[in-house]
Amino acid sequence: MKNTYVIEVKGLTKSYGSNHVLKGIDLRVERGTMLALLGPNGAGKTTTVRILSTLLHYDGGSVTVEGYDVTREADKVRGVIGLTGQSAAVDELLTGRENLVMMGRLYRLTAQSAKARAQELLEDFSLVEAADRPAKTYSGGMRRRLDLAVSLIATPPVIFLDEPTTGLDPRSRLAMWAIIKKLMESGTTILLTTQYLEEADQLADKIVVIDGGKVIAEGTANELKSKVGKDRLELTFANSKALESAVQALGKRVADTNTKEFTASVTIQDINTDVTSALDALARSHVSVQSMAVHKPTLDDVFLSLTGKQKQQTTDEEDV
Amino acid sequence: MAQELVFEKHSRPVQAMVDSLLMIKRSSLHIIRNRDQLLGTFFQPIMFYLLFTSVFGGAIGLALPDGVDYKEFLMAGIIVQTLAFGSTTTAIAICNDMQKGIVDRFRSLPMSNLAVLNGHTISDLFRNSLSTLVMIVTGLAIGFRTSASFTDWLGIIGIILLFTLAFSWLSAIVGVVAKSVEGVQWLTFVIVFPLTFASTAFVPGESMTPVLRAFAENQPITHVIEAMRALILGTPIGNHGWMAVIWCLGMLAVSIPVATWLFKRKTSG
Ligand SMILES: Nc1ncnc2c1ncn2[C@@H]1O[C@H](COP(=O)(O)OP(=O)(O)OP(=O)(O)O)[C@@H](O)[C@H]1O
Ligand SMILES: [Mg+2]
Repeated sequence: MKNTYVIEVKGLTKSYGSNHVLKGIDLRVERGTMLALLGPNGAGKTTTVRILSTLLHYDGGSVTVEGYDVTREADKVRGVIGLTGQSAAVDELLTGRENLVMMGRLYRLTAQSAKARAQELLEDFSLVEAADRPAKTYSGGMRRRLDLAVSLIATPPVIFLDEPTTGLDPRSRLAMWAIIKKLMESGTTILLTTQYLEEADQLADKIVVIDGGKVIAEGTANELKSKVGKDRLELTFANSKALESAVQALGKRVADTNTKEFTASVTIQDINTDVTSALDALARSHVSVQSMAVHKPTLDDVFLSLTGKQKQQTTDEEDV
Repeated sequence: MAQELVFEKHSRPVQAMVDSLLMIKRSSLHIIRNRDQLLGTFFQPIMFYLLFTSVFGGAIGLALPDGVDYKEFLMAGIIVQTLAFGSTTTAIAICNDMQKGIVDRFRSLPMSNLAVLNGHTISDLFRNSLSTLVMIVTGLAIGFRTSASFTDWLGIIGIILLFTLAFSWLSAIVGVVAKSVEGVQWLTFVIVFPLTFASTAFVPGESMTPVLRAFAENQPITHVIEAMRALILGTPIGNHGWMAVIWCLGMLAVSIPVATWLFKRKTSG
């Protein structure tokens, strides 16, 4: 009996001494989908991934991958997962090809099969030219690609990617996204962690935001965005006097003002009517607008508003 | 993913052996590609042998039994010293692995845990044997001669391999425990340096103070040196042969399980 959830985590807890890193995490990932685990530094993303990939013991709860318990059936779990950890784990003195073949053999591929598959991956990941150079001569992006290629050598049905694009330039990031998208098309189940909301937005079917070892929100990118709020019209004025008259003219429509930068934001329910009516109101009171922009909530807003308390604390600490 | 993947289906022990062979290949490639270390493997023994014979040969020669040349006397000592120091690179290699993500990667694979340690200790046998070979060739070039027969040579090679393996596994413990490569160097210096110098590697026991001599003549390294020396010089081997083998097997019996246990404990948690 195979359940629909390839990864199932219930009430997962983990502490290092008195440091409670995970305080009861629940996750479910359906077959062939991607879950993005989003959270600030120290939220517990890597800890979760390490537990799921059998590298770390946990204290409480239950964790299964493909129906196998990660503690009791660790070997079975290892046979179905691929892991790309946060720091690249390739052998620097071996060439890219040697890395791939060795890992393939350790995954129990025959020598011939490992070699053929290595060549295929080198081609897919644009590493053919560098294939026979030691990995220590690779750039950060190449190393990251090799790292991912290594974890795909035996085409495991489940892949863990811990911040696969951190430290990559925009171009390498796009290349990595393309690779990941292809992987999703092939039906692989993926759990990805990231600090980039755009990445989660672009790739994931479902997003779980964790902070301080707890799930603080989950849903699709759109669901999370709608949680944070509606579209807003951002208006900038020349000075505080103009801002004051604008606030009077707009009345209840004003959601927020910034007296330092002379901006006001207006909530928009319907973009066809609300923008013009706001501008009309300003025109009637002879207030001129310097600039304006319609602002749609991004996942960044979600991230900042959900993890706001934590963020505030860290910036306070930095100020001291 | 056009490729059709073919998996092997071996029994567990066979699979564990395949894993170890793969790790031996990996560590051997490390040795070959690590230029600086490889140069050391070649030139350090040459340098030591030439320095010792030319600097101390005259003075120590007087304390040696009649008819024994320092070139022949030194050979066993300098081989064992080189092996003892050479095996510390096992610790460095393991420490390096532990600090990088690579051990995590290995552990997320369905492979045998012990294979990583096996790879380093066994590939070190190759490197150390190479050092020994270089030294013997250097010796022969400057006039080292031996009466050792073919079977004596087999004995010498056996002792070399056994001793290197034992020291590499001891070294593996250091590699697993140490927090940094500097830590490894410090630890091995404190252990290996006194053990090799407070032995009969370079001078006969008769020339030492009584306390030092008592220690030097009964410690494992001396047994290994004296056994090898007897085979080279064609003198009676006494109990040194047995003692050398027993010490080495003893070290292996302790260090393999300890290193493995520590490795498992340090890498999961
Ligand atoms: N071995 C350890 N011993 C003690 N505390 C640890 C250990 N490993 C992680 N932690 C703590 O666990 C918490 C979560 O760490 P984790 O690496 O899971 O965060 P993360 O979400 O991956 O962060 P980042 O975005 O920086 O990678 C941190 O407070 C960290 O200090
Ligand atoms: Mg992390």
